[in-house]
Amino acid sequence: MKSVDVLADSRIARRFAALKAEGRAGLVTFITAGDPDPAVSQAVLNGLPATGADLIELGMPFTDPMADGPAIQASSLRALKAGMTVRKTLEMVRGFRKQDADTPIILMGYFNPIHAYGVEPFLAAAREAGVDGLIVVDLPPEEDEELCIPALQAGVSFVRLTTPTTDEARMPMVMRNTSGFVYYVSIAGITGTASASNTAIDAAVAQLKRHTDLPVAVGFGIKTPDQAAEVARVADAAVVGSAIVTRLADGIDASGGVKPGTVEDVLGFVGELAAGVRAARG
Amino acid sequence: MTKLNTYRSGPDERGHFGIFGGRFVAETLMPLILEVEKAYREARADPAFEGEMRQQLKQYVGRPNPLYYAERLTEQLGGAKIYFKREELNHTGAHKINNCIGQILLARRMGKTRIIAETGAGQHGVATATVCALYNMPCVIYMGETDIARQQPNVFRMKLLGAEVRPVTSGSGTLKDAMNEALRDWVTNVADTFYIIGTAAGPHPYPAMVRDFQSVIGDEVRTQMQEQEGRLPDSLVACVGGGSNAIGLFHPFLDEPTVQMVGVEAAGRGIEKGPLDHAASINGGRPGVLHGNRTYLLQDEDGQILEGHSISAGLDYPGIGPEHSWLHDVGRVEYAYATDQEALDAFQLCARTEGIIPALESAHGLAEVIKRAPKLPKDHLMVLCLSGRGDKDIFSVAKHLGVEL
Repeated sequence: MKSVDVLADSRIARRFAALKAEGRAGLVTFITAGDPDPAVSQAVLNGLPATGADLIELGMPFTDPMADGPAIQASSLRALKAGMTVRKTLEMVRGFRKQDADTPIILMGYFNPIHAYGVEPFLAAAREAGVDGLIVVDLPPEEDEELCIPALQAGVSFVRLTTPTTDEARMPMVMRNTSGFVYYVSIAGITGTASASNTAIDAAVAQLKRHTDLPVAVGFGIKTPDQAAEVARVADAAVVGSAIVTRLADGIDASGGVKPGTVEDVLGFVGELAAGVRAARG
Repeated sequence: MTKLNTYRSGPDERGHFGIFGGRFVAETLMPLILEVEKAYREARADPAFEGEMRQQLKQYVGRPNPLYYAERLTEQLGGAKIYFKREELNHTGAHKINNCIGQILLARRMGKTRIIAETGAGQHGVATATVCALYNMPCVIYMGETDIARQQPNVFRMKLLGAEVRPVTSGSGTLKDAMNEALRDWVTNVADTFYIIGTAAGPHPYPAMVRDFQSVIGDEVRTQMQEQEGRLPDSLVACVGGGSNAIGLFHPFLDEPTVQMVGVEAAGRGIEKGPLDHAASINGGRPGVLHGNRTYLLQDEDGQILEGHSISAGLDYPGIGPEHSWLHDVGRVEYAYATDQEALDAFQLCARTEGIIPALESAHGLAEVIKRAPKLPKDHLMVLCLSGRGDKDIFSVAKHLGVEL
């Protein structure tokens, strides 16, 4: 039996329906909230939809990002150094929502900052701020009671990660409470390192489609507009994170200041990725 | 507080000790974690596995090590009768090897061909490198660069044993960062790699598995105390970082109501100075989720993990094994603490009165013994787990004493 979305009427579901109607895949962009400072981060966030991001993953910085490679580790530390917190991340989402009512925002991070905030208060605050979904790396289905089920009850999607190690036997369990879309982590590894082959991605997406009616986004290791386009041919969305975060890091000078034009440069790169994704099935 | 019928039945099938423990890992690792759990369960039921482990602990590690009556120290403190469980006499000089023997046998049984581990003080790294040499398996040890700087002798030992020591520069370059990096390696090399976690923490089944492999400590104490004194000990004392030597000593006695137990955390420059100055997760932290389990953690208001401090590189982990968190909450074990200075004083006292240079980790336990023993009657039998020897620490102790080596 294929899994379906328990939160069928959501900003995420509407966005994927619109993409389907357009006959194209979406671009999901990741930035870390507050990297390198709250103002620049907000400017990048606010500029993402106009440059072609269809969905936004906003990283909640954590001191110990166990599943992330050097680029996102460094971005988390920059954000924390600039004073970023869960509360300020939610404020960023509120700021974004003043100008954009349609682009889904998915918070991505690790469980402990949410645990420290308190699951129920966090979910209420996140929903109120305009958060649509959560991706929490260290919560596998075995720990669904911690956050996934309360999130679904609060009307916040819980986007599950599936990986090359998720086998057929495990798939129904992994799919059971997932909502919004399924995020296929295309390599066994950490963010921003190796890239999977197109054949491997094709096969994995086909396998996932046998188990779910939800959209499938593919991420980890997509660094260029061409790679994003390749993924966009077979998947419902391509996720780019480390490459964008690295562009942002390139705009930081030796003393930690942000060089002029950095926001434009990052958004320009997102525009190139979006062009790649949009041309993929042309 | 309600008394439980048993304190030894945990964890449940999902790896929980009360609210603590669990399996908070990325999906990539989850199938492997389940595989480790299944393989471990089967191994424990296989007499051949148990037999090989016992044989190696005897012939290679040198077990049983003595339960030694510390007569001069007892006289000097003038109270309880103090025994040392001499884990520092094990091959490689600490209790860590007990667990490494068990885990590498499991890795072989699972057909894994590459071993990774994290290390703080280097004791677990040395023990892992040792068993990898013994079983001819490639070995990568992750160690924070700060720890590398303060534990040079152990770094060299690991290299001599054929291990690759990878310096970890992220975070503050200590044990938690080394564990993050080991997890990143594991997630990238799931097919062929086994992660030998060094303490009774991490995702289920590690806390239970490490505890079981370390329980040889408490099992021997029980037998030896019976032989030497004809009864059970009255109290057990052990230092607690992640808490593997402590849980190994305590666990076999948890259901003996007359046996009192004390875990000693590292209070660094003093708990009152705040969480950047100590590494006492229970006494100065609160529950959170890190490295695969829910447990007491040093963290700020926002749930960001803080870097603990201790003079002892083996204790400055910002968490503690989940079973300890539970034993604290249910009130079965008392968790005390000792400062850097108290540990340094105990370190020197032990050297001069008993002719034993203890690890700085174990010196924290001894500091608690020094506080307690004088107030207790002479027939009170107190056991300290002397978890490791202090050769590795002489450079940092010399530095603190203002001596140039």
